[in-house]
Amino acid sequence: MSASRLRRSARGVSSGVAGLGLALLLLLLGPLARAIDNDVAFADALRQGRYEHLTSELRCLVCQNQTVADSNADLAADLRRQVREMIAAGQTDDAIKTYMTERYGDFVLYDPPWTARTYLLWSAPVLLVLIALLSVARVIRRRSRMPWSEDGEATP
Amino acid sequence: MWRHLGPALAFILLGGLFAVVLVRIGNGRLDVREIQSPLIGKAAPSFRLASVTDGSQWVDSRELAGKMYVLNVWGTWCAACRDEHPVLLEIARSAHVPIIGLDWKDEPETAREFLATLGNPYAAVAADRDGRVAIDWGVYGAPETFLVSASGQVLIKQVGPMTPQIWSDRFVPLLNGGAR
Repeated sequence: MSASRLRRSARGVSSGVAGLGLALLLLLLGPLARAIDNDVAFADALRQGRYEHLTSELRCLVCQNQTVADSNADLAADLRRQVREMIAAGQTDDAIKTYMTERYGDFVLYDPPWTARTYLLWSAPVLLVLIALLSVARVIRRRSRMPWSEDGEATP
Repeated sequence: MWRHLGPALAFILLGGLFAVVLVRIGNGRLDVREIQSPLIGKAAPSFRLASVTDGSQWVDSRELAGKMYVLNVWGTWCAACRDEHPVLLEIARSAHVPIIGLDWKDEPETAREFLATLGNPYAAVAADRDGRVAIDWGVYGAPETFLVSASGQVLIKQVGPMTPQIWSDRFVPLLNGGAR
């Protein structure tokens, strides 16, 4: 490698480090960004906590990858108002979630319940791990039966 | 040789599944963003709202009971609603089912201008200025179009602009056989 190429690659590394540093800095600054929902809905911490929890569990149906708390879509604002009013009216969290799913389906919840429609969704991780373990076990068993295995457990 | 058959079959199966889904998304038969409405087959939500065309009148769901109607959610701010407007005018002309408009988060004044300029396909237009009735109907993006049976059940929901194709494929069969 020539000296100039060495210098060039060193420059590449240092700019890579700078880029990484910038990315980390931006990551750290993220939480400082102001939330969409600036208004404090309730004076008491308990109900404000419930409000923040509920709106962060509901999906904004227009944007679909944001919560109702994070979205500045019109519909999200309307749903926040709905949650606020229902909490103020003394409704329970479950009642509010039921109200939302009756209108928008389970999709509105970021944490969908265990129903006939979602059992495959919920059991998929377990199933996948099981399949993976089974195939690993099969491979190990086959390998250990191979004639050239060291412990001499050879089969003809 | 047989050892490789399993993985190969699994690959072909998965590949086939992806291909089918992608093609369905590509030709518009499958919309991954569409949310199945839990209202289908259930009683249509009731509402009572001021009329857009005449502020002193009410549009009341109880007065619609007993006959089939189409509920179209729209707004003057919604570009796709403008696109579907000629289709609604054509349906209003040719089909024997009233179209009720739900003017979603809109100014009645602007809505009146819109209808005066482009034509009014609606038998009645309800002004849902604060979007509360839209929430009851599970609306998440205009335009949306519902068909409500004579007994007050939601039969079908179309998300996105109405087209002559969708009208004749999905709605017309329910109109003829669906006096349920």
